[in-house]
Amino acid sequence: MDFRLSPEEEAFRQEVRDWLKENLPKDWSGDRFTRDRDPETWNIYREFAGKLAAKKWVAPAWPVEYGGLGLSVIQQLIFNEEMAYHQAPLGYSIMGVGWAGPTIIVYGTEEQKQKHLGAITNAETMWCQGFSEPNAGSDLASLQTRAVRDGDDYVINGQKIWTSGAHLSDWCILLARTDPEATKHKGISYFLLDMKTPGVTVRPLIDMMDNHAFNEMFFDNVRVPKDCLLGDENRGWYMAATTLDFERSSIGGAVGGRRMVEELVAYARETKRNGKRLSEEVTVRVRLADAALEVEIGRMLSYRVASMQQRGLVPNYESSIAKLFNTDMQFRLAKAGLEIMGLYGQLEPQSKYAPLRGKFERQYLWQTGMIVGGGTPEIQRNIIAMRGLGLPRQ
Amino acid sequence: MDLGLDEQQELLKNFARDFLEKECPESVVREMEEDEKGYSPDLWRKMAQQGWMGLIIPEEHGGTGMNLCELVVLLEEFGRALVPGPYISTVVLGAVPIMEAGNDEQKKQLLPKIAAGETIMTMALTEPSAKWDADGVELEAKKQGNDYVLNGVKLFVPDAHVSDQMVVVARTSKGKTPEDGITVFLVDSKSPGISFELLRTIAADKQCEVAFENVKVPAANVIGEVDKGWPIVEKTKKMATVAACAYLVGLSQMDFDVTLNYAKERVQFGRPIGSFQAIQHKLADVVIDVDGSRFITYKAAWSLQEEEPDADMMISMAKAWTSDASRRVVAHGQQIHGGIGFTKEYKIQLYFRRQKWMELMWGDADYHRELVAQKLEV
Repeated sequence: MDFRLSPEEEAFRQEVRDWLKENLPKDWSGDRFTRDRDPETWNIYREFAGKLAAKKWVAPAWPVEYGGLGLSVIQQLIFNEEMAYHQAPLGYSIMGVGWAGPTIIVYGTEEQKQKHLGAITNAETMWCQGFSEPNAGSDLASLQTRAVRDGDDYVINGQKIWTSGAHLSDWCILLARTDPEATKHKGISYFLLDMKTPGVTVRPLIDMMDNHAFNEMFFDNVRVPKDCLLGDENRGWYMAATTLDFERSSIGGAVGGRRMVEELVAYARETKRNGKRLSEEVTVRVRLADAALEVEIGRMLSYRVASMQQRGLVPNYESSIAKLFNTDMQFRLAKAGLEIMGLYGQLEPQSKYAPLRGKFERQYLWQTGMIVGGGTPEIQRNIIAMRGLGLPRQ
Repeated sequence: MDLGLDEQQELLKNFARDFLEKECPESVVREMEEDEKGYSPDLWRKMAQQGWMGLIIPEEHGGTGMNLCELVVLLEEFGRALVPGPYISTVVLGAVPIMEAGNDEQKKQLLPKIAAGETIMTMALTEPSAKWDADGVELEAKKQGNDYVLNGVKLFVPDAHVSDQMVVVARTSKGKTPEDGITVFLVDSKSPGISFELLRTIAADKQCEVAFENVKVPAANVIGEVDKGWPIVEKTKKMATVAACAYLVGLSQMDFDVTLNYAKERVQFGRPIGSFQAIQHKLADVVIDVDGSRFITYKAAWSLQEEEPDADMMISMAKAWTSDASRRVVAHGQQIHGGIGFTKEYKIQLYFRRQKWMELMWGDADYHRELVAQKLEV
């Protein structure tokens, strides 16, 4: 029971803060949600990733040999906290650092590692994740995209959906069925796909925020060489489901929440309605207090995951708890913000009347997506109940 | 940073769990509900022999000199076993004011006896106004020669009827603020003019109305300074609030463990009810509430122990969250048990009733939410 950071860890936090002060884009408010449709936003992401690369901070927890700094779990946690608090534009490397890279580190051949890992940490490649399909969402293992072996190649046909950033990505981690006869979990393989391969079509999927982040992807006889297969054929499901060693505490949600609470408190203090400051209203005080303490609970649930990892334990349902709580919490926080703002809560950032630059209105929409992305609350609860608590399936 | 227990804490936890499973089974808990004293002198003695009464008392005064985080570990086990009796009353409400503000004589006289399990104590703070704040303190103490004379009524005083000494919070003057003019007295519970009436409560714990009628207390029994006693009460309240959270964490964990087990064993429609998602998702929510309560309580305890600047905020966050979360936990526990949960015979009700008690003690969720709002500077 010790919540103190070591002097080295504190120093590292300061180093990250100082660096961010120097290197965040000029006048960066972090309101990225307002501009995702704008190609300029993605240039900001790319540029920022380049700055991180120069510092070896794209994937600082990766081993040195793969372009990281081999940071400890706690250092990585600190790094993630600071990036989230300052709402740093990290969109470019998220999928490469969080998914593609770690899986390649564990399952890749030497050649695949050489080819991809350095490119990720140097911010030369952007990755997307081709997992979900129109009929394979929560039931991901029922995916139908086919990869058929043909000589030294695989030929891929099918469709993916909800693919964030596919329109800008260089590479894709792709799950496709290689053995249609096997039971559904056992016939899936994991591919590293060059997005420039002929036959790959990307179509924008505009979300309810009027942003272009998602896409649909179509594969029409996409021919890839067999060295694009990661790990063993038909073992893809298990590789995708592996808990990887890198920090998975969802700390970003808790810290991003903290920033929002601070902004909301300041707003409530400064805004007068009917001759009274909002912060004097009991209902407002209750909402703010709840928001603040839920953020702290989320932070503790995230710290617990990192703390376990630091002890050499492998978190199981604990990371599901952190993810579930923190995404729900951020939605409730956005909702509380809109309730406090009353009629003004509905205004979009473009309006001159929008409180806090319309950030809460954007968050209110955005978080509904974040709650279901990466495993719906129901799926997370299934994981907690069955994997964590050992409750029977039948 | 490490949110887990260290080696010493782990040992304490395991030892306490084994000890309490043996020495404080459900039968003792039930017996003490009916018992007027509300504690078993035999169990009290055995607990004292483990050094638990003196856990946070310095070694020079006969204690083991451990810290609040260790007390939290132990109280989690107390909550799990629903240990009845005046433990928090004695070790926190009684000992803390003396450790914080007592003079050498008071420390020498009382702390070793508390540590040895020979003296039972409590604090008389709340009154019929049922306020935790200084403006709730109206019981009057008037100087008369070398004595003070106390008149008034204290209410919701835990374990007062079995106490040897009480820490009584009284008003000696009307100052500019409610905090000014409060004095803390050490009062022999057998002093003439004191009468006790046991309250019947939801948890069958032992809280009292304590009436003071011209009770003489020697001036030497003032703890700290006259008129300036409120900070002593504040410190004690903070410790007690953390203690209540720790008890609730253990209680919630046990309620959950029992319920989880039941969901795995109870068969309906030809399958364990724990295989239904309606039940599974409830249990997943429960585990989040239990874990969240535990870690915010640890954070609060550690912050208070280390005198961190945000300690007060953390304590209020912990009590606000844990009060609400533990209520959700035991409510789900009742519901998943169905009809059997409503019976007196089955043990889950013991947890349900005690949760409400600790939810209310030292400020409920609404009370602490307002404190959080104040500390956010809104």
